[in-house]
Amino acid sequence: MENGNGCCFSSVSSIATLSSVAVVVILILIRVLHVIYCSGRPLSKRASKPVSTLIILGSGGHTAEMLNLLAVLQKDRFNPRYYIAAATDNMSLQKAMMLENSLASESRIKVADTAQFMKIYRSREVGQSYITSVWTTLIATVHALWLMIKIRPEVILCNGPGTCIPLCVIAFIFKVLGIRWSSIFYVESIARVRRLSLSGLLLYKLWMADQLFVQWPQLQQQYPRATYVGRLM
Amino acid sequence: MGGEKTKRVIFVTVGTTCFDALVKAVDSETLQKELLAKGYTHLLIQMGRGSYLPTKSEGDCNLVVDYFTFSSSIADHIKSASLIISHAGSIFETLKLGKPLIVVVNEDLMDNHQSELGEKLANRKHLYCASPQTLHQTIVDMDLNALVPYSPGDATPVAKHINRFLGFPDD
Repeated sequence: MENGNGCCFSSVSSIATLSSVAVVVILILIRVLHVIYCSGRPLSKRASKPVSTLIILGSGGHTAEMLNLLAVLQKDRFNPRYYIAAATDNMSLQKAMMLENSLASESRIKVADTAQFMKIYRSREVGQSYITSVWTTLIATVHALWLMIKIRPEVILCNGPGTCIPLCVIAFIFKVLGIRWSSIFYVESIARVRRLSLSGLLLYKLWMADQLFVQWPQLQQQYPRATYVGRLM
Repeated sequence: MGGEKTKRVIFVTVGTTCFDALVKAVDSETLQKELLAKGYTHLLIQMGRGSYLPTKSEGDCNLVVDYFTFSSSIADHIKSASLIISHAGSIFETLKLGKPLIVVVNEDLMDNHQSELGEKLANRKHLYCASPQTLHQTIVDMDLNALVPYSPGDATPVAKHINRFLGFPDD
């Protein structure tokens, strides 16, 4: 008799647990789909104040393209600006600092009021073994989480290298959890003529970028949800 | 008689990369003879992180060859050269300065995405595109007068899209 009652109770509680888990999963899925749907549409409210902006810099040509874009963005709208570059990339932050310094001297404000510069650990260095990469990716992700909690940007601008993936994934999770709504803009490099980069492909397939811009028309034909904007360089 | 030849420099650059295959390719006597025949007088090689050291050379009957590893800005070297032979990373810097360019693709780089850009721009006749193996033939066949000037791109369409998306008013 007791055994029978025991069995009944444990099967009921395991059904209850499974059902709760299923409900939670379904709710999360609905929320994710809703976030993806809203991300694809322009923001409904007219912008009334500046938006905090995270700019993710990559090496070499990526930085040059990003600086070209920043040159034509109205600085009073995209404010304050946070620059993140990979820990091993020395040139990119320097170039961004030069841009901000010249802006600050023009308008006589302190750079520190409108711009901050940070480095992030790389998930994987070129040529690094895949086994150690698992560990370094974990560290990079934790570091990215720490930075994103501090910054919580409203706008993210990125254009290529793997540095942007952990940050964009975390931004997406923040959206789902209601921590912060970031509009993520990804500009594929001009060097990508026929195929998207790995970062671009990931953001496209996972519907994680609000807008994905491409610089060559054949890319837009291949990836219809991308927006063709012509050459930046 | 005995007047000075006009100095015509070919500047070879690999940026911060290691591109020994290109440095080796321009270190060839036959290639340098070809350049001399085309009226060039100097060959300056910026070899970056490479380990292969080219041979320096001087003298009236040869191309004057020199090399260095890095420079804080290669723009000055590009400006004073008559022809640039470069890795894919310096494409836009060179095109913006309006100099004739042969882009040499580094086949040792994993994921050779830079070749797509070189090929595309070569199709549009803004530059010549070659591999270290085909560089000599490209130099033999090249006609720099056939190159079409490159008009720089414009980032304002992207800025407009971003502004509109965020609800900022159009300027």
